[in-house]
Amino acid sequence: MSLFLIVALPFLGALLPGLMNSAGRAACAGVTFVVTLAAFVGLMTNLPAVAAGEVVSVGVDWIPIVGLNFNLMLDGLGFFFATLILGIGLLIITYARHYLAREDHMGEFFTYLLLFQGAMVGIVLSDNILLLLIFWELTSLSSFLLIGYWKHLPEGRQGARMALTVTGMGGLALIGGMLILGNIAGSYDLSVILQSKDVIQDSPLYLPALILILLGCFTKSAQFPFHFWLPHAMAAPTPVSAYLHSATMVKAGIFLMARLWPVLSGTPEWFVIVTTAGLITMCLGAVIALFKHDLKALLAFSTVSHLGLITMLLGTGTKFGAWAAVFHIFNHATFKAALFMSAGIVDHEAKTRDIRLLGGLRVLMPITFVIATLAALSMAGIPFLNGFLSKEMMLEEANHTTLFGMPWLVPVLATFGSLFSAAYCFRLIGHTFLGPVRESYPAKPHDPGFGLWGPPAILVVLVVAVGVAPFLATPMVQLVASAVVGEAGAFDDKYIKIWHGLVPALYMSIIAVVGGLVVLAMFKPLLRAWDAAPRPEAKTIFEALISGVVALAQGISHTLHNGAFSRYAAIAMITFIAVGYHAWQTGTVGEASRVIQEAGPVAIAGWLLLVAATIGLVLMHRRRLLALVLIGIVGLMVSVGFVYFSAPDLAMTQFTVEVVTIILLLLALNFLPKQTPVESSLSRRLRDGGVAILGGVATLILSYHYLIRDAVTGPISEFHLANSYKGGGGTNVVNVILVDFRGFDTFGEIIVLGIAALLIYALTETLLNGPVRARLLNRRPDQARAGDVHPMMMVVLTRVIMPVVLMVGFYIFLRGHNEPGGGFIAGLIVSIAVVMQYMASGFNWASDRVRFPYHGVIGAGVLVAGLTGIGSWFVGKPFLTSDFTYVRIPPFQEFELATAALFDVGVFLAVVGAVMLSLESFSRLARRAHDKDSDHPMDIDPSREDDAQAVKGA
Amino acid sequence: MEILVASAIGILTAAGIYLVLRLRTFPVILGISLLTYAVNVFLFASGRLAVGAPPILRDGVEVYADPLPQALVLTAIVISFGMTAVVVMIGLGAFLGSDTDRVDDPAEDAS
Repeated sequence: MSLFLIVALPFLGALLPGLMNSAGRAACAGVTFVVTLAAFVGLMTNLPAVAAGEVVSVGVDWIPIVGLNFNLMLDGLGFFFATLILGIGLLIITYARHYLAREDHMGEFFTYLLLFQGAMVGIVLSDNILLLLIFWELTSLSSFLLIGYWKHLPEGRQGARMALTVTGMGGLALIGGMLILGNIAGSYDLSVILQSKDVIQDSPLYLPALILILLGCFTKSAQFPFHFWLPHAMAAPTPVSAYLHSATMVKAGIFLMARLWPVLSGTPEWFVIVTTAGLITMCLGAVIALFKHDLKALLAFSTVSHLGLITMLLGTGTKFGAWAAVFHIFNHATFKAALFMSAGIVDHEAKTRDIRLLGGLRVLMPITFVIATLAALSMAGIPFLNGFLSKEMMLEEANHTTLFGMPWLVPVLATFGSLFSAAYCFRLIGHTFLGPVRESYPAKPHDPGFGLWGPPAILVVLVVAVGVAPFLATPMVQLVASAVVGEAGAFDDKYIKIWHGLVPALYMSIIAVVGGLVVLAMFKPLLRAWDAAPRPEAKTIFEALISGVVALAQGISHTLHNGAFSRYAAIAMITFIAVGYHAWQTGTVGEASRVIQEAGPVAIAGWLLLVAATIGLVLMHRRRLLALVLIGIVGLMVSVGFVYFSAPDLAMTQFTVEVVTIILLLLALNFLPKQTPVESSLSRRLRDGGVAILGGVATLILSYHYLIRDAVTGPISEFHLANSYKGGGGTNVVNVILVDFRGFDTFGEIIVLGIAALLIYALTETLLNGPVRARLLNRRPDQARAGDVHPMMMVVLTRVIMPVVLMVGFYIFLRGHNEPGGGFIAGLIVSIAVVMQYMASGFNWASDRVRFPYHGVIGAGVLVAGLTGIGSWFVGKPFLTSDFTYVRIPPFQEFELATAALFDVGVFLAVVGAVMLSLESFSRLARRAHDKDSDHPMDIDPSREDDAQAVKGA
Repeated sequence: MEILVASAIGILTAAGIYLVLRLRTFPVILGISLLTYAVNVFLFASGRLAVGAPPILRDGVEVYADPLPQALVLTAIVISFGMTAVVVMIGLGAFLGSDTDRVDDPAEDAS
């Protein structure tokens, strides 16, 4: 099966459990199982190739410009991890089906699980490190959802947040490290990076890259000092703990260290950092685990400890270390997942995981006892179980490792860690299962059904089989370890043996096991000492750190963001002016190259009007209605300016927009106070005036300098002028630019316009459905209403004029391609025609006659424009390529048909819809507030009175 | 002529800034509208000023005004209508919800 499909299956399958939720719990779990099984089988079809030492790879370019390719590869290491992820996944799904309670939402759980599974498979199969980073972040996110799955538990939420924070921060560091690594190697493809060992290790950026990458690995794999999140993640349901926090996700960091082992390892930096972190983690985790009373917490810290062990083995940088690490990854996944599931069974049946409340379960739960004991003994390193084999290798490797010039340090610490490891395993067995049967369990424990004990049993069979017959696992370890060190067949002559003779590692093992028993015998006094000793609580430190950062952020944002808009605006304006001044001071200005044009009397008159209106607006802005009139004059003069300076399209647009804007502001002013009170002090007004004059002078100088010079480089407009007719089939270059050259921009703009209108609609709906509704209903108009709100003259006039205006709109639309006009302007004109009907005949009358909802008009416009663009795909051209032709249909003259005109129809519709939806929303507010609007167009209608009299008379 | 356009842009900007710094929503909206005019004219002027040369292709005519800023400003005008409408709606909603049209939050909410 293609690697693409293997990665894609869990993601695609993640859609199914949610859909199947109503079909029942079994269906939900079943479909998840089948999806995972399909991926697993697909993976297995690649086994022959991988076993033969081939690297299966597929790839497509995704964003080649940044080096992000969707390249996947499957070698021994990837295969091994993918098998663990999917294989253990199958067992976990079975287990979870029986573990989750009736009230747990199955579909949600399995959706998250499949997302996580897909992300993990993606990590281990990625051949591109950027792709790997994407999957890496996906595992952080999906594990956040899984840890916090029991949303009602505060520990679950806190644990999820902590896990996300720590692994997310590590992920950020990892991104940095990977980018540096890819930069050094010149490619983000692993296959290239893995060949560039010398370049990478000689680079001065090797150490920063190494530290950043290790930060990512250590946080993910819970290495000291980032180990603290893992135990808190145990608030997750047990299947999640067993899957994510023993077998898969926490191994992602280990995986990455193994993946990059050929290029990163072997340097003193790698050796010191990785080995030290691993050793500390191993010992610390083992000691803490011994004193944990919660079964899952004990297992969590033991996982931390074992991850430390594997990290240490990878840190040594020797081939034997890699060999032992690979074997221990496998062994740990088997016995630890089995142990977690057993702990879950105990919790499920006895309703407690507190070791102090348990004991004697051997009699009550014999099957669980056997499974857990075998797994725990394997973890303790007892012969004929798989844990013994890899632990021996670890001790052997420790014997040959010298850290900080002290040859005894690593062996002693390794033995110390193993000793405590053995001790907590014995405690787990002894205090949970052995001892007398109690009467005081919260629930009466008994062995569960096969669905719960089957999955761990299968794992324990593996534990025993490999322990007794290590040759079974040898080929796998040979294959995977060769992939880790990057040399095919590097371990072909290496075998896993139970008996190595009387080597030091054996003595260390014996010391560990015997010592573990001794420690357990002394457990009570040790526990008292432990409880009495002061220990830093990682969670407290973490929470304090987080609340410190939050307080800092709040301090900054509350100071800067104090809710005073006028202050922000002032700061922004002053900043703009200052930055502009700096640019002005540091830039260079060329010679004035344009001839100054003479200003005629018309221009001066227009200028005077504009300036007078603007100054008047500032002086009289407190009288709001007057201010509207004045701003109307400003807009009008701007439109006239556009006409004067050869921009007829702009003038028409500005003019029509002006009309609808004024109507809009009038509608708003209907509610708002009609006066602005004097509030700001004189000094404040002077300050604002100063800022305003500074800004005005700055823009004046800038515009003037700009206008008396030619552009430094020639504008691209020449191209548009030259190609407008030849390529776009239109002589109105502005319109051709809008609908053709830059049609994609226009497409985006009509979408933005539509969104703005929908936003206004949504705000209106919210207002009308919220507390404002009652306020509106009780509102009294703050000024007298006209007696004749809808005068007959106006009603009649607007109706007569309506077809004329529509005709003008149609004409403006059609001529748009060659003469001033087009979809935008036509849309505005038609909107004004419709608005006139609303104004003259009343909202009810007009809206009863609107056949299409304005949302639909916006949607139709965007759709028409979009489909026009897509249409060009069918002739093999890029999106929005236009075409045109000339046709002649008698009796008309020859005329042009252009796809751009169709696009312009879309623009037209979107503009009409957006303008009308905005204005209609405002009027709906008004309608809610005032007396009921009549259904009749005219307040005084002679014909109606005739009707009424006729009725009366009859 | 150039100084007329430049000074118009400057005066529109100054008036816009002054009104944006006011304390009630309505003058702020007016100020934003004035700034919109100023910005649109400024962008339009980046094509330099040309009288009597609309960018409508005609046989035998060689000199045209720069069409590109015109096209960009045309959409900017329409979009700024949409934005003005949204801002007006927000201002109106805030007024209807709180019975005041001040733009600054009351001091006690600030902390």
